[in-house]
Amino acid sequence: MPSKVDSEASAAERVDPGISRGDVDGFQLGGRIWGSRLIVGTGGFRSLEAMERALVASGAEIVTVALRRVDPLARGSALEVIDGLGLFALPNTAGCYTARDAVRTAQLAREAFETDWIKLEVIGDDRTLFPDAVELLDAAQQLVDEGFTVLPYTNDDPILARRLEAAGCAAVMPLGSPIGSGMGIRNPYNIQIIVERVSVPVILDAGIGTPSDAALAMELGCDGVLLSSSVARAKDPERMARAMRQAVEAGYAGRRAGRIPRKLHAQASTPEKGLPDLG
Amino acid sequence: MTIELNGRTVELSPGATVADAVIEAGADRDSRGVAVAVDGQVIRRVDWGKTKLRSDQSVEVVRAVQGG
Repeated sequence: MPSKVDSEASAAERVDPGISRGDVDGFQLGGRIWGSRLIVGTGGFRSLEAMERALVASGAEIVTVALRRVDPLARGSALEVIDGLGLFALPNTAGCYTARDAVRTAQLAREAFETDWIKLEVIGDDRTLFPDAVELLDAAQQLVDEGFTVLPYTNDDPILARRLEAAGCAAVMPLGSPIGSGMGIRNPYNIQIIVERVSVPVILDAGIGTPSDAALAMELGCDGVLLSSSVARAKDPERMARAMRQAVEAGYAGRRAGRIPRKLHAQASTPEKGLPDLG
Repeated sequence: MTIELNGRTVELSPGATVADAVIEAGADRDSRGVAVAVDGQVIRRVDWGKTKLRSDQSVEVVRAVQGG
């Protein structure tokens, strides 16, 4: 007969063994295995302190950074905070409009961060910040040839996603809606098709506004979520970061668990057999 | 000798290297997250001290900032 202590311990394990370690099943990206499926951008925070608290709460291991001209008056360093937390800094090519600029920015990033990983962004205009498909594919091909691990921010276009995969990208990162818009996933069907049609990881990038958006991305079959503004610009970024972490874990677990099919009509969950006659 | 440094015209002494430009730009040459391009070509950190600049070259010194 188990002692009281033993039965308490096993009860604790039964409560939720997935919560503490995170339900991720080992996320393979770029030849490495990660413990979190949430990637967080570092832009838009009110302060480095707010960023640090949110990054810790998010549980993310990969965080994005950008490159800009040195500002001699800038105080503090985002990279020092990221390095201090032991996180992996993933440089981006944000603000690039041409393949040429994106490739050069990636080369600068490789030198600055001593990494071949690059979040490739090549945008078409400053109003939508939608990717320029032609320039994006060109840049991706060049960077793969140069040995980069390329993670392209792309349209929710299954054909382009396949072209990026064929070019050798390590993942595809379709947008849910415009960067910073918080509009969620405007075309979940296309995201689903991308998940079906490519074999590299699919990371939903851009447009997430709420934890339910992040959970939906995972329920649709995405392998991960990349978000920034929804946390950085939330009223309480630390709390939102924690919520996003839980949402990504819940969405992933829900997908793995297998949802019930949708039906137009009800299906009773309580059996009718044995119903007492109270007439 | 004048060069274009991060969009500003600056005067450097003759024989100045990329390492001098990095300091002039306000960066710490030992800190991680800094990179340099001269006329669009990335100069590796190990070469900063031995790469001499010429007049009218365009030098970009960048560092890590917060971004999505």
